Amino acid sequence: MEYEAVIGMEVHVQLNCKSKLFCGCSTDFHAPANTNVCPVCLGMPGAMPVLNREMVNKSVAVGLALNCAISRWSKMDRKNYFYPDQSKNYQISQYDLPLNHGGHLDIHVNGETKRIGITRAHMEEDTARNTHTIGGGQSGVDFNRCGVPLLEIVTEPDIHSADEAYAYLTELKQILQYLDVSDCSMEEGKLRAEANISVRPKGSTAFGTKTEVKNVASFSGTYKAIQYEIARQIQILNDGGTIVQETRGWDDDRGVTFSQRAKESAHDYRYFPEPDLVPIVVDEAWEESIRAALPELPAARRARLTGAFGLSDYDAGVLTATRAMADFYEAAAAKTDPKKAANWIMGDLQALVTEDRAEIGSIPVTPEYLAAMINLIEDGTISGKIAKEVLAEMYRTGKSPAAVVEEKGLVQISDHGAIDAAVAEVIAANPAQVAEFKAGKEKVIGFLVGQIMKATQGKANPKMVNDILRAKLSE
Amino acid sequence: MTAWHEKTAAQIRDAVAAGAVSAAEVTRSYLDRIEAVDGRIGAYTQVWRDEALAQAEGLDQRIQAGEAVGPLAGVPISLKELICTTRGFTTCSSRILQGFQSPYNATVTEKLIAADAILLGKVNMDEFAMGSSTENSAVQKTANPWNLKCVPGGSSGGSAASIASATSAISFGSDTGGSIRQPAAFCGCVGLKPTYGRVSRYGLVAFASSLDQIGPLSRDVTDAALAMNVICGKDPMDATSADLPVEDFTRALTGDVKGLRIGLPKEYFIDALGSEVRALVEASAEVLREQGAEIVEVSLPHTDYAVAVYYIVAPAEASANLARFDGVRYGFRHSDAGNVTEMYVKTKSEGFGPEVQRRIMLGTYVLSSGYYDAYYLKAQKVRTLIKQDFDRAFAECDLILTPTAPTPAFEMGAKSDPLEMYLNDIFTISTNLAGIPAISIPCGLSATGLPVGLQLIGKAFDEATVLRAAHCYEQHAGLQMGAPALG
Repeated sequence: MEYEAVIGMEVHVQLNCKSKLFCGCSTDFHAPANTNVCPVCLGMPGAMPVLNREMVNKSVAVGLALNCAISRWSKMDRKNYFYPDQSKNYQISQYDLPLNHGGHLDIHVNGETKRIGITRAHMEEDTARNTHTIGGGQSGVDFNRCGVPLLEIVTEPDIHSADEAYAYLTELKQILQYLDVSDCSMEEGKLRAEANISVRPKGSTAFGTKTEVKNVASFSGTYKAIQYEIARQIQILNDGGTIVQETRGWDDDRGVTFSQRAKESAHDYRYFPEPDLVPIVVDEAWEESIRAALPELPAARRARLTGAFGLSDYDAGVLTATRAMADFYEAAAAKTDPKKAANWIMGDLQALVTEDRAEIGSIPVTPEYLAAMINLIEDGTISGKIAKEVLAEMYRTGKSPAAVVEEKGLVQISDHGAIDAAVAEVIAANPAQVAEFKAGKEKVIGFLVGQIMKATQGKANPKMVNDILRAKLSE
Repeated sequence: MTAWHEKTAAQIRDAVAAGAVSAAEVTRSYLDRIEAVDGRIGAYTQVWRDEALAQAEGLDQRIQAGEAVGPLAGVPISLKELICTTRGFTTCSSRILQGFQSPYNATVTEKLIAADAILLGKVNMDEFAMGSSTENSAVQKTANPWNLKCVPGGSSGGSAASIASATSAISFGSDTGGSIRQPAAFCGCVGLKPTYGRVSRYGLVAFASSLDQIGPLSRDVTDAALAMNVICGKDPMDATSADLPVEDFTRALTGDVKGLRIGLPKEYFIDALGSEVRALVEASAEVLREQGAEIVEVSLPHTDYAVAVYYIVAPAEASANLARFDGVRYGFRHSDAGNVTEMYVKTKSEGFGPEVQRRIMLGTYVLSSGYYDAYYLKAQKVRTLIKQDFDRAFAECDLILTPTAPTPAFEMGAKSDPLEMYLNDIFTISTNLAGIPAISIPCGLSATGLPVGLQLIGKAFDEATVLRAAHCYEQHAGLQMGAPALG
């Protein structure tokens, strides 16, 4: 039987607010344990939460970027459950009235565009972190992370493959980074993706039993975990078995998912409106002020770059992968041939950046220098081949292309007399090849040009070399 | 020699500020009074003798240096066990918080210190403010100073008893369903529950967040107004606190009620109301009428549902608020448990008293899925109806006059049935559900020599009118209640 996977994603993102969701403590949870804490985030008796306005601003920005409707009136709720990593034994979250709901995100998979429904994006506080000694003798709780602001973004079950899930996460992360609301570091747990996965016979509309894959530390891990889980579920069904509803972890080393927690009993979180907080009212003016401040988002930027600069969809995709990359490209393209700028950035410059394990936003080569270098090729000052050397030197030293060319004496030889002399020398030194050419062996010209370039250390203007050589050979 | 412990806060403040008496002398007078009588009353759970004297001496030095002093300069006060103080312990009179030292001061505590009030210590209460007699305290018993066999009311019973026994000039309690007003009525003092949001709850250990409000208990209405001047106002640490200017409530105490319309809700003058209480309350309405108020009959048709709604909403919120007392980070922890769940269960079973456990279970039940709509949601809808009752009534009058409690103080152990105990708050609960202000002031003594309280309910944020009418009554009632005979 042919099966179809049905996947819904839940992504928790730590938004980069300076202070926690309900108090003024720093959100830096790398500080020594329990130093970024106060009565409020520790849930001390009598302490009360006060909602961080910056969090509402940033959450609405994400909602708008995901085409959500913004709730004019929403509230925080208490989600009750006991765990030592919770300071109050309830989490303040949003239940029936999330701040953002009913949006969508378009993803691109295998040349097709697909629309993924966004059910909701709501605010909640993070929990603390428990640590246990090996053997279980002692446990410690670090509350630095407790109360850190999270946005939980939940999709409709619109995703049908690991490829689509990967594309969704990539596109989502790109948007979050463009909005500058999170650095999305999965290693630091600032972006946590969970996939709810089920399979069903193709054509069926009923949902199969789902499993929830959690605690995966990378997009590629998520991709592999979903692939594995789909195959595992199909295998079980083909063998006549049934899927157990459970939470599964991902073992990256072995490349398998494993059962973490079977659903013992239905959780009853006993949600009710948080009485210590007032309702959140985002009026039209507030929403509009956030909308007005939104940056250009990746999809719009891609469309603009293909239109304005004639780039291919692929090139535009690469050049807008990050906001820093797109900013770099546009600054360079403004000062030189946009197509050539695209080629240099995606080619030689990207190679240097990759080798250096650097980020495009913080390299020594500025967009202006790159454009100036391309312009030096255009006006014949340097050859394309020399430019590669110039670029490497610019990357190493941070100098301008003019300074590099000047210091290293890399200016192209366009002096007719000098080239003429070099051509004459090479003709004289290679009588056999000259004779072959004259006998009609056109290919030999390449060898002769190579010899002339060698004699001029690559600096001779290649077009002039060609022209003068052909003129002399036909004499 | 002047017995400073017999003076009102206003008198003390004026004498201290004028240099007529030192704050240290006043403080010593109160500390001596506590020593002399509190053994029989049991109002105080902790007395901060050295700290209070040091605070008073510091204040005296500032007065000698000619510095300006605060509006409660030298006034000895006590705080209910659930108001957070870095001084001493904050236990909520519960075993589970035994030995808990708060790392921070409640906003109210900060304001009182800034106003130069002298913090004498903390007073007893029903555990986590759950009760109407202070018999639910895990710490000690508190007696009614008017009759030591009787309860002082609850849950701010320690506060009321400290005022009645003249061991503090003003005490600060909390009122979730009548917990300031009912003990004030039982102990013959003044107790004010402000409008919800008037006073910051930051640092008030929460019982039911949407109902709790801190307020003063005092010897007279003027002192209540003085206290309100200090504790009211927007607090950036409490999102539910109202952003309104703090008026000078003493200016409202004009001595007359001319032009005020005072409503008597027919639903409050029911059979359950003792005839003695009824007679005293009706006589007090007559006093106000003589002073120029117009008395009208009003209706609050959903009154019957108030107790039921309260016992759904309050436990629901309490079940979440009290979840943090799990033995993980502070307070009592059961020492012998094999795993975390067992530790929670044993800690909570031994740390909480029966009334608190009863309400946690009740709250957990009414919030659980499947019952939420039938109980919690329905209760919230009826709560809205109760609020609307008041809105309609206040279209016809400026104040509502009712008894505070159906009977005077009862004897300790007299109400063993929790439901019977709950009905003691029948006249006070509605105002918490509606979030509006109300005061209880003495209106006479019963035949057995126990105080009876009169309640005046006002519009939201209209404490000024509540205080004005209460003050006018106090001035013109001609009550000769005397003081409890404690020696």
